[in-house]
Amino acid sequence: MTSTLKISALTKRFAEVAALTEVSLTVAAGERVALLGHNGAGKSTMMKIILGLIPATAGQVEVCGAAPGSAGARRQVAYLPENAAFHPALTGLEQMRHYLSLRGESPGKAMDLLEQVGLGPAARRRIGTYSKGMRQRVGLAQTLIGTPRLLVLDEPTSGLDPVSRRDFYALLDGLAARGASILLSSHALTEVEARTDRILILSKGRMVAEGSLADLRRRADLPVMLQVTPRPGAGEAVTAALPGAEPRADGLVLSCGQGEKLAMLARIAALGDLVADLDVAPPSLEDLYSHFSKRDGQ
Amino acid sequence: MSRILATAGTEFRIALRNRWVAIAMVLMALFSLVLAAAGSAPTGGLGVDRLSVIVASLTSLAVYLVPLLALLMSFDAIAGELERGTLPLLLTYPVSRAEVLAGKLIAHLAVLALACAVGYGLAAAAALWADPAASAGLPAMLRLLATSVLLGATFIGIGYALSALSRRPSGAAGLAVGLWLGLVVLYDLGLLAAIVADNGGWFTVHGFPVALLANPADAFRLYNLSASEATAAAAGVGGAAATVPAWQSLTSILLWPVLALALAIAAFRKVIP
Repeated sequence: MTSTLKISALTKRFAEVAALTEVSLTVAAGERVALLGHNGAGKSTMMKIILGLIPATAGQVEVCGAAPGSAGARRQVAYLPENAAFHPALTGLEQMRHYLSLRGESPGKAMDLLEQVGLGPAARRRIGTYSKGMRQRVGLAQTLIGTPRLLVLDEPTSGLDPVSRRDFYALLDGLAARGASILLSSHALTEVEARTDRILILSKGRMVAEGSLADLRRRADLPVMLQVTPRPGAGEAVTAALPGAEPRADGLVLSCGQGEKLAMLARIAALGDLVADLDVAPPSLEDLYSHFSKRDGQ
Repeated sequence: MSRILATAGTEFRIALRNRWVAIAMVLMALFSLVLAAAGSAPTGGLGVDRLSVIVASLTSLAVYLVPLLALLMSFDAIAGELERGTLPLLLTYPVSRAEVLAGKLIAHLAVLALACAVGYGLAAAAALWADPAASAGLPAMLRLLATSVLLGATFIGIGYALSALSRRPSGAAGLAVGLWLGLVVLYDLGLLAAIVADNGGWFTVHGFPVALLANPADAFRLYNLSASEATAAAAGVGGAAATVPAWQSLTSILLWPVLALALAIAAFRKVIP
């Protein structure tokens, strides 16, 4: 598969501060990649370099086979900035018609795009009257113009309610299925978990982890949490049978390494009637994220 | 081209919504009518038609008002987009920075041209209504309109450059006011002071005409006064119109918009969103 985005040994310095250090990555056509990191980890800086808004200090970046920010690259890349802003005096429809014209598309498609993001009823109101979530949706609508090969989305779901988030990821799935590559950053780790093919973790401008969620889980080897709920009256017997379990208000919590998981489950199963319920919680993305971003001595 | 026109259309709509169109038109109409009424006194005695006299008065008005309106409309063009946060997204679109500025220029220039046409048109109508012979001054009036648009283009371009250089609307506004004061008001005072000090020496003969041509506002005034042959109705620096050939001031008027826009594009290219 051809890669839409190729970055090798990208370094960016602002005066004495290193914003990005030797970052390399590729994004293939149709791939959805999530970029995670603390505020100031370098996510937005990397996106701005990919878009050609700021120059890199060192390293190579190739966007759709062209230099970042070149006319060829800009024709094929759509961007959603963090906190999308528009001129407050224009209506959503006018703003969208303008963006369509700039991409050489028919302005007549504006209403259709706004309806796709649920802004049809507000299309003729000025953007100055929109809520943050509505402005964000105008931002999303403009990324759907034409057939971009790469979408760069900076915190795309901030300000969206849960239902709109689900609709948004459904839109992304459709775009990815058509072959568009998607690079998005997010703080909402749980939604990234289910909706992306690959995860990149940036910490202090360095790429500290890269891979699918399963890859990262395996590599981090974080303990699995098991929650055991004893039958009424069987609490003491279960506690005695499971040394090391930590009593909580609603039962017992055990933690064990990935390799001991099955053995531990067998021991719990052997308790038979004494146990009323059992939940297994794999390490969450939050756990993985803090594991990888802390590893670099934070 | 379609990208430039799309930008121009959107910017004109914004100017309409921000009431810039209305403000500019009312301002020009009001001042022009006042001048048309006040300027009717000196006719006859000077042997020129009523409209030519009004053109001379309008020239003195336009030299202040047109740069002011142009700077007021343009200082926000880039700094405002930076502050609102709309610039990064715009610059990821397949549109060049020169195209963005060209689109804005067309829109702002259209507003200015509209305001001048309304103001001057009202003054001309008033003159023709009072004195049908005033139609002799119509060519001068058209020259005034055309050169007002060029003067406006110059100051709009300079306004964009200031907007790109300062990056904040408040800073750009300060620079714009300072520039207006400097080029339109203080420049002439400085020249007059220099002439007085020079007392008929090299500066008065050689330096002064060049200094006038170098300032777009003075070139505009010189051209309109010499071309309309209404110098007699003008005073002060305008009196110098007789000594500078019209083609020289016209060249300055034509070159300045190009220079200002080139400056604006160069400054805009340096802006990192």
